[in-house]
Amino acid sequence: MKRFGLVTGICLVGLVILGAAVSLVWTPFDPIRVVPGQRLQPPGWPHLLGTDGFGIDTFSRLLVGARMCLVVGIISVSLAAVVGVPLGMLAGQAGGWVSEAVMRLADVVYAFPALLLAILLAAGFGASTVTAMVAIGVATMPAFARVARAGTLQVMASEFVVAARSSGTSPWGVAGRHVLPNIAPLIGVQASVGFAMAILAEAALSYLGLGTPRPTPTWGTMLRDAQQFLFVDPLQALWPGLAIALAVLGFNLLGDGLRDYLDPRLREVS
Amino acid sequence: MSLLEVEGLCVDFGRRRVPAVRGVSFSLSEGERLGIIGESGSGKTVTALAVMGLLPETARVRGSIRWRGGELLGRAEKELATLRGNAVGMVFQEPMTALDPTMKVGRQVAEVMLLHRETAGAAARPQVIAMLGDVGLTDPERIADAYPHQLSGGQRQRVIIAMALVNGPDLVICDEPTTALDVTVQATVLELLDRVLTAERAACLFISHDLAVVSQVCSQVLVMLDGEVVEAGPTSKLFTSPTHPYTRGLVATARLDLVNPGERLPTVEDYYALGAGQ
Repeated sequence: MKRFGLVTGICLVGLVILGAAVSLVWTPFDPIRVVPGQRLQPPGWPHLLGTDGFGIDTFSRLLVGARMCLVVGIISVSLAAVVGVPLGMLAGQAGGWVSEAVMRLADVVYAFPALLLAILLAAGFGASTVTAMVAIGVATMPAFARVARAGTLQVMASEFVVAARSSGTSPWGVAGRHVLPNIAPLIGVQASVGFAMAILAEAALSYLGLGTPRPTPTWGTMLRDAQQFLFVDPLQALWPGLAIALAVLGFNLLGDGLRDYLDPRLREVS
Repeated sequence: MSLLEVEGLCVDFGRRRVPAVRGVSFSLSEGERLGIIGESGSGKTVTALAVMGLLPETARVRGSIRWRGGELLGRAEKELATLRGNAVGMVFQEPMTALDPTMKVGRQVAEVMLLHRETAGAAARPQVIAMLGDVGLTDPERIADAYPHQLSGGQRQRVIIAMALVNGPDLVICDEPTTALDVTVQATVLELLDRVLTAERAACLFISHDLAVVSQVCSQVLVMLDGEVVEAGPTSKLFTSPTHPYTRGLVATARLDLVNPGERLPTVEDYYALGAGQ
């Protein structure tokens, strides 16, 4: 099948979204309430995937974790895109020293370790979902700026931009009406790949205790909790690990599939 | 007073100051049509872009370009933008790339109109449809709602002509408008250009490498070679008694009907050694 990757990606991402949506209205058990009598139950009934060291239903926590992972992904990717894309477009359209300044700034941000930024933010404001999202967003800004700049340069070199300018369109008009719609597919692909990175980064940050604090379940904190029971009940680490892996795989496949699907050379054919 | 006067126009590019246009002068009065002819790299397009003020920032322009007596060189971008698309329209060479692939063509034509007139967006549509009809597109309603990739090359070029003419410009600059089209479509597009230019009483700067095409549209011709004008005059005179050897070569290659069957076809090099200078 030609679009196997894209379809798989859509299915996996759909599964994450479905889980998150279901968790809004219903979870099999309370994902927060500690039940000491039910500790470390094996998978079965009524606990589908068993319970963790606090006696909380793992499946319920996974569902709520999907919600957190989507929230973090959406907000950090939006933050990165809203700041990165206009800067990249500015660099691509203005050229000269403006372009140099913006791209060197992007290099500096790119070179700054995201983990260090997360630690700094957590130290300054206390570890929370917000500091994790800001750290991830800032760290992925340069990627968006670069993609936007590369796309802008390509669009600016095309004849329809000269044509638009020759009919009196201002540089702002060119940016809004011609450049942005033409680079939108590129940005979409970058957003999808960025989403995968954000999920992974968020899991890593909450694993390290730099993200969402307890008791809110995230896949990263679930991994951390499972670590102390790794030899007693290894399945507890498997479930969140599997969820992270599949979600990241899903968004990456979606991004790659979109890139192929939206390729302008193939667009002409359809 | 002339509509457009270009005097001693020199353009060079980049740090090494590579000259592209060297001392080009011409003038154009209302409704007059001037052809600029020359091979690739002879500076035709650069001259046209200089008139529009659309050269890249690495270009250095000297000389004088006057529009209705007022100097255009050094004028603020904002003032130039009010001229572009309004008093001066431009038709581009590549119908495949001169339209934005993400925008319906009707909207692209409307954009040009709305940039220069205080018409509400919805009121523009009937005028756009009328304009698309004027350039000979059948079923303009459907074409207006089509994306560029759904149209043929000839249809797209008509849309581009509609964009250049929608505001009733005084001057239309055509940069090789038919080069990318096949010969039969070329003929109909040329006829169309001739008709709409006459109807709008617009002056025209027609750039081409094809003498036969230029002679169909223009009464005056300028021959450019290596950034300089080597010959200028009425089209008929250029055809019958060309003085510069390069022009003689061009005329010979354009008049294939004069070649006896079986003989070798003439090339410009038979008359003028390209790149060797005079």
